[in-house]
Amino acid sequence: MTYAAAVVRADGFTPPGPGDFDLPAIGGGHDTFEMFGQSFVLGVTKPMLQIVLAAVVVFVFFWAASRRRAMVPSRLQFVGEGAYGFVRNSMGRDIIGAHDFARYVPYLFALFFFILVNNLFATIPFIQFPTFSRAGMVYSLAILSWVIYNAAGIQRHGFVGYLKHQTVPPGIGGPMLILLVPLEFMSNILVRPVTLALRLFCNMFAGHLLLILFALGGEYLIVEMGGAYAPVGVLAWVLFILVAFLEILIQFLQAYVFVLLNAMYISGAVAEEH
Amino acid sequence: MQALIAPLATQAAEDGKLNPLLPHTIEIVLSLVVFGLLFFAVKKWVVPNFETTFEERTKAIEGGLAAAEDKQAEADAKLADLEQQLADARHEAARIREEAREHGAAIVAEMRDQAQAESARIVEHGKAQIEAERQQAVTALRAEVGSLATSLAGRIVGESLEDDDRSARVVERFLVDLETIEASAAAGNGAN
Repeated sequence: MTYAAAVVRADGFTPPGPGDFDLPAIGGGHDTFEMFGQSFVLGVTKPMLQIVLAAVVVFVFFWAASRRRAMVPSRLQFVGEGAYGFVRNSMGRDIIGAHDFARYVPYLFALFFFILVNNLFATIPFIQFPTFSRAGMVYSLAILSWVIYNAAGIQRHGFVGYLKHQTVPPGIGGPMLILLVPLEFMSNILVRPVTLALRLFCNMFAGHLLLILFALGGEYLIVEMGGAYAPVGVLAWVLFILVAFLEILIQFLQAYVFVLLNAMYISGAVAEEH
Repeated sequence: MQALIAPLATQAAEDGKLNPLLPHTIEIVLSLVVFGLLFFAVKKWVVPNFETTFEERTKAIEGGLAAAEDKQAEADAKLADLEQQLADARHEAARIREEAREHGAAIVAEMRDQAQAESARIVEHGKAQIEAERQQAVTALRAEVGSLATSLAGRIVGESLEDDDRSARVVERFLVDLETIEASAAAGNGAN
């Protein structure tokens, strides 16, 4: 095998890209529609099924776990109560405060396990696709978060009172406000949904892209190039496995961070003082 | 929003590639609807169950604690009562013992008095009897000694000393003298 030949073969490798996330419609339909200057697949795709499956899994599991309401819990109920108590206490009660948290618990609870299961789909065999690597799926959750924390704040302080609450830092007056109010408005009202959405989406997207790269690159090195390149391909696959475990951690952390920030935004919005 | 998206879209069109940041509209709606359904289902059928369970468990534990406290208080009261009773009983026993001791001492004293009285009585009785018997013996002896002495003297003198009155007087005088001598002798002994 000459160097030239290797270069030629390496050129034959197509690196994975955003196109790998644009899965075809199930059933093989090829219809598309145009939107934002881009054509989208028209039809039911895998992530669409996944998001429904995630909702069903979350509901059925927790419904089954909570149904018996035994004083001495079974194993299933114990796990369910532990999971529910984790979101309720560590994200609801501890952050929003014992006075207000109860009404937000169903939202935080459903949101956390919905995101968590959808993220874990990236690791679960035969599914292996993160639902939230599709930007649209994330945008709606981010918009919903934005609506909820702002609505909670407006309900508590009134519209003007809430704007003042979010944009005017206490203990500061005079010309500094001209500088600070727009900054606070930007960071507390405008940027939050964007960062929420991008953080979750980019983590899922990049993680999955990295895994595809290791898997396909390793396969190319072993199968197409072979010889001296084969051990490098094996190394790529080992890295693939290690990164896959790292991804599990990231999948959990992103779900946790998304819900934690939701709780903190709500907490900040309904707080009496800064 | 349009201003934000336009450059991205233009770039995507120019590259002929997909821009992953541009959302699939159906996915936005689908995600919102599915999450909304999940939220309402969880809120209606899951969260109340968990909350009720937590509440019931808290109540059960608190109720158990309250019941245990009641039981403890009851036991404490009962214990105090029993201790009080025990102290009373001890006190009563001590009192009875003291009484019995006093009673016993009284009985012993009484018995001793009685015994002394009895012994004194017996001694007195004995003395009286002895005195009576002595008197009797003295009387008998006096009569006998009289007659014996008279007959003896008659025989010695050789004549009858049958004059009773006189002989009786003589004997009497003799005996009285005798007694006087005895008494003085006894007094002399007593003085020694």
